[in-house]
Amino acid sequence: MSAPWLVVGTVPEESAGLMEGACTLSGDTLRVGLLELPVRRGTPALLAACCAATVALGIAPPQALLAGDAGRGHGSGRAYAHLSAHLPQLAPRGLTFHYLFPDLAGHDRVFLAAQALPRRPLLVADAGFMYAAKMSGQAREYDLFTPDAGELAFLADEMAPHPFYTRGFLLAEGEQAPALARRAWDSGGAARTLLIKGETDLVVHGGEVEREIPGPRTPAMEAIGGTGDTLTGMVTALLMAGRDMTSACATAALANRLLGQLAQPTPATQVAELMAHIPAALAQAEHAP
Amino acid sequence: MRLPFGRAKKNATEASGERGVLAFEHTAEVIRAETALKAAGFAVRVMGPPPDMRTGCDMVVEFPLVHEPAARRALTAVGITPLAAAPVRAGMLEPVSLYRTTDFGAWLMVRAANMKITVEKASGRIVNISGGGCPDVPALAELMVGRTLAQCPTPAEHGQTLCSYALELAFQEARRMMPSHADTEKTA
Repeated sequence: MSAPWLVVGTVPEESAGLMEGACTLSGDTLRVGLLELPVRRGTPALLAACCAATVALGIAPPQALLAGDAGRGHGSGRAYAHLSAHLPQLAPRGLTFHYLFPDLAGHDRVFLAAQALPRRPLLVADAGFMYAAKMSGQAREYDLFTPDAGELAFLADEMAPHPFYTRGFLLAEGEQAPALARRAWDSGGAARTLLIKGETDLVVHGGEVEREIPGPRTPAMEAIGGTGDTLTGMVTALLMAGRDMTSACATAALANRLLGQLAQPTPATQVAELMAHIPAALAQAEHAP
Repeated sequence: MRLPFGRAKKNATEASGERGVLAFEHTAEVIRAETALKAAGFAVRVMGPPPDMRTGCDMVVEFPLVHEPAARRALTAVGITPLAAAPVRAGMLEPVSLYRTTDFGAWLMVRAANMKITVEKASGRIVNISGGGCPDVPALAELMVGRTLAQCPTPAEHGQTLCSYALELAFQEARRMMPSHADTEKTA
């Protein structure tokens, strides 16, 4: 049996404690171990998309470590502590970090534990953990970040502690994205590969744009909470299936765009309504020229 | 306690016009402190702390340093105690102030910094919240989506992080743009 891939994130309920186990998706319900979770946004949306994609790809689903955290950071702290203590036994081949409180000390403990493993896992970071990874100065040790345009400006600004504070001269506009990606790489704020979400999605490796995914465009997707989570979920599944990084990113980006074309959403559509279209979107994206 | 950075505080005469920062234990306290200080008539702004103060998702309140005692009294009155006060120095960052609105016909999306809120124009109902990466974003979305601008709890009340602060800005901008749906008295 191959080593697991672990997704680490939070659910918005302080009392939920720590949950760990294999994930399955049944209709609108995500199961982690014996626990059922609604799929609305955040890490459950990432996991739901990842599960749907792994089924479509014919591979085993991911493992999850979820902490109850509604923003105070305590649950994320428990996840950091648990992870740094148990990573050697788990020996994952990949880790996807998601909605976690961006605590630098917690990040550093987990990062050092991952670096100490005999076989280095692939490291993917999105959302709050990506913020901490950038602030730690260790961004280049990560394999993949999945920022949107605003987060890209934050990665490119060596002074910024959070996307909220990105300096004004670094405008998060689409046409600036290649230059910002280069700046982020040169200043040590970027992972080796960036999958940048925008009007045109970009796959950037070592500061150089490798792929552009301009369409199809569905403007309503920007309003739907969780569409970035579905992208990170699908790219995680493709990496789990052994696709190389650039192919995984480009396929996931195209599949996420195809979700919009297939679901025909309005700005009021909820992300759970997109999940049923993942197998078709992924199949189309994998066979795209 | 005084922070281990920055210049020594000048006397009150010299310091007239000088700005200081107040640091707090939690971001939620920063949001409450800003509200309390504004209500007490102080000109304050939420800022990013200097690099040597940063721990991750944090912010400080910038205020007129000469009024520190009065500011502390205003905070004490609402049960908030700052961890520290210090003069402003180089390295402070201003928040992203960019607002952007997207008109989807029946819906309006308002973005402030990294957070977006989408509202159904006819009803004032919040239909989606997107953006951000801190763990209170999904929690706030649970509270807010499906409710109207007038009826829903505010991010300032329940948020903990910079993302929730950005969402509060987007929320207030949406209320400003749709005043007929923002009257809490009328719709409560």
